[in-house]
Amino acid sequence: MKPPELRRVGVTVNGTLHERTIEPRLTLADFLREELQLTGTHLGCEHGVCGACTVLLEGHTARACLTLAVQANGKDVRTVEGLAPAGELNPLQTAFWDKHGLQCGYCTPGVLMTLTELLAAKPTPTEAEVREALSGHLCRCTGYQNIVAAALEAAARLQK
Amino acid sequence: MIVGTRTRRIEDPRLLRGAGRYAADIQLPGMLHAAFVRSPHAHALIRNIDLRAARDMPGVAAVLTAKELEAAGVRLRMPLGFPSTMLPENITPFVLTPNEVCFVGEAVAMVVAESRYVAEDAAAAVEVDYEPLPPVADLEAALAPGAPKVRREAQSNMLTQFTIAYGDVPGAFAGAAHVFRERLEQHRGAAHPIEGRGAVARYEPGEDRLTVWSSTQMAHDLWMTLAALLGMPDDRIRVSAPDVGGGFGAKFLVYPEEIAVAAAARLLGQPVKWIEDRMEHFVAAIQERDQLWDVEIAVDREAKIRGVRGRLVHDQGAYTPQSTNCAYNSATSVTGPYIVPAYALEVWAMQTNKVPTIPVRGAGYPQACFTMERLVDRVARELKLDRAEVRRRNLVPAAKMPYEKPLKNRAGAPIVLDSGDYAGGQEKGLAAIGYSDFAARKSAARAAGRHLGIGIAHGVKGTGRGPFESGTVRISPSGRVSVYSGALAMGQGIHTALAQICAAELGVAPQDIEVITGDTAYVSLGLGGFASRQLVTAGSSVQLAARQVRDKALKVAAQQLEAAESDLELADGEARVAGTNRGMKLSAIARLLRGVPGYSLPPGVEPGLEASVHWQTDQLAYAHSFHACEVEVDTATGGVKILRYVALQDSGRLVNPLIVEGQVHGGVVHGIGNALYERMRFDEAAQPITTTLADYLLPTSTEVPRIEVLLHESPSPFNPLGAKGVGEGGTVPVAAAVIAAIEDAIGVPISEAPISPARIVELLADK
Repeated sequence: MKPPELRRVGVTVNGTLHERTIEPRLTLADFLREELQLTGTHLGCEHGVCGACTVLLEGHTARACLTLAVQANGKDVRTVEGLAPAGELNPLQTAFWDKHGLQCGYCTPGVLMTLTELLAAKPTPTEAEVREALSGHLCRCTGYQNIVAAALEAAARLQK
Repeated sequence: MIVGTRTRRIEDPRLLRGAGRYAADIQLPGMLHAAFVRSPHAHALIRNIDLRAARDMPGVAAVLTAKELEAAGVRLRMPLGFPSTMLPENITPFVLTPNEVCFVGEAVAMVVAESRYVAEDAAAAVEVDYEPLPPVADLEAALAPGAPKVRREAQSNMLTQFTIAYGDVPGAFAGAAHVFRERLEQHRGAAHPIEGRGAVARYEPGEDRLTVWSSTQMAHDLWMTLAALLGMPDDRIRVSAPDVGGGFGAKFLVYPEEIAVAAAARLLGQPVKWIEDRMEHFVAAIQERDQLWDVEIAVDREAKIRGVRGRLVHDQGAYTPQSTNCAYNSATSVTGPYIVPAYALEVWAMQTNKVPTIPVRGAGYPQACFTMERLVDRVARELKLDRAEVRRRNLVPAAKMPYEKPLKNRAGAPIVLDSGDYAGGQEKGLAAIGYSDFAARKSAARAAGRHLGIGIAHGVKGTGRGPFESGTVRISPSGRVSVYSGALAMGQGIHTALAQICAAELGVAPQDIEVITGDTAYVSLGLGGFASRQLVTAGSSVQLAARQVRDKALKVAAQQLEAAESDLELADGEARVAGTNRGMKLSAIARLLRGVPGYSLPPGVEPGLEASVHWQTDQLAYAHSFHACEVEVDTATGGVKILRYVALQDSGRLVNPLIVEGQVHGGVVHGIGNALYERMRFDEAAQPITTTLADYLLPTSTEVPRIEVLLHESPSPFNPLGAKGVGEGGTVPVAAAVIAAIEDAIGVPISEAPISPARIVELLADK
């Protein structure tokens, strides 16, 4: 088998430009996790259903398992590690803590990224809008209830 | 007060920052990646495996089959999880199967390579020559006369048969005013934690030491199994569970892949990582799957139950990795919260050419609950009685608690419903859902062309399964308080709960306590996370250990402060004379007990400020749930919308209501999946056909209702905490309640779960 042709990419992740030489087939998720050691982006299904790997690509949610790293070349990526300064929690993360919006924590980073996008676009969402936004995420622990509660709580706090 | 408060979890800040460390996040220098070659056939002989092409690929370190593992000193056959003399020999899976494949997904070979990408490429290049054999595709096929054998070595497709019975069953039925019969088809899918399985193994050749990190619910069992199958001294092996992204039963098993990964690391002298993908979870992680129930209920004229009898046929799958405990749980939990004077259930555990089954969240109780609640609803319908009234007449009354059933749990101890107020819980739940005026709501909706239905169900779940869980509490000379336990954290918040329990005894803050679980390097004994057990078992041990530490600290402080022990209190990290500022820090007490070379310790105490307790139990603490739900069915499409869901949960003394509610939410939604969505489908050749999460439906945020949780607190008299487990109670009655509500809405009897929209339309068409 012919060895794959390598590509040079530069991806800005959480404000820092990272340049790497990679195989074209490398997914964005594996790029973040393996090349950059940003393991907060999790893989739950690797076929685009569970949403655990959700990141923001140019400000919009994307499945990092279905996005190739080369597609992020020259683009801006935000992951859970970029939500708050080191050692701190932002208001959305704090609301998750206060409202018990996570249990095992595996789906949580992806959920946080989707809600970050939602709250940016719609600062005072209804419960139905939060549930609609979350419908692309699977969580086996929480029954979604406290995720919804945390999102609404974060929205309310951010209005203050 | 710390115990009983809605304390934020100590686990969370790290996880919220994306700084958790799950198995896949572990990176080691020189680490290789594994991928498995899995059977595409439900049943076949392996004629030949050609590894040459795979081995020749750049970046491939090794391609291993059963032959290479055996040559490397690996015992190929997994031990039975719960050893039993009641089961035949040679029923467990292989680390890699040598000659025959018995389900789609069974591992035949393992590729180890420099990356997962290369490992998967090479796995695809392994050429296996199979000779297909006829498969046993389901329970009906397994029972058919002349059915092919599930494995060539099997004597019969029936793994085992047993009967659970008490009372005068023939008399109960002969003298009954009414007997009703039901045939119920039940299916529970798989566990599907969002993190699949995964293991990383590191072998240090110079020291002959092995470290395995695994996403497991049973670190200690994995430890002992690795030692046995690899032929290594157990004191040179460490198993550590990193952050575990959910388990729900799928990880309460030592799997062939965990052994294979460790064997490869030892063979190659390099770390090896295997991370399951979702398709592998569908075809190679355990499921719970099918049960067929043929049951009858006998009642008197007043709808009082006289007896229940019948047969349960349970799907074990191709191998039996653990036991027949799921079927046993089902058989011993049918009577649940009711007084049933006579009972007999014959259990047939049948083997099929499908993924092995062991318990998933609920562990056979949901099916037993569904069976009993369907029978009770049937009695109400036939006798034209209200469903709640039939339950009132048959529930074990609070005044009869503790109520011993003439049944035994698998420890051989009698099944004793320890405490609770089932009828009272029902009344609370009915009030919350507005049961008394539902008929008016239903007819008003009907007049508007809508179909509403209501369903109710009771569940009783044995929790806190023993024999023990370990608990060590230690205060170091720096003042640091640590809790160690063989418990296994997989998202339940057990670290927070144990920290709260310890904090309450020691007068420190829960967030200042470090909790270490699931690591055999720190704790020698542990059973892990299953059966809603850890708060009861580990919690009791930690509470008792913390009390011993407290007593010791007070004794030493009393000597040092020249005060009476009874005048001392522990608060804010010190022992002080109550009402004064005279005190001694716990760190200072720990320093005294650490000893100084050559100098004596304080009189009358052992060194160290720590204690270990293994609180033991054979009894289960029975957690009660009463659920009520209201649904709307679109009779044109069969679509079901859950309008309201009330879940009353009695989980004994509450340590953290925030966590308890979260467990109930998740449990109920798992049950909703089992009622409406989750079906692991196979074709007639036992080929799995739902192998992505787009085909196998887990409930999502838009289908599930807001769950109204009511907490009732009847402390269990059987453990020092008074606690009952809550991990599974939320799941147990859901399918029964939801299916009853759909039945009520469409007016057609339903005797299966899950039910799809298409099936509802079909039932309506046959009406």
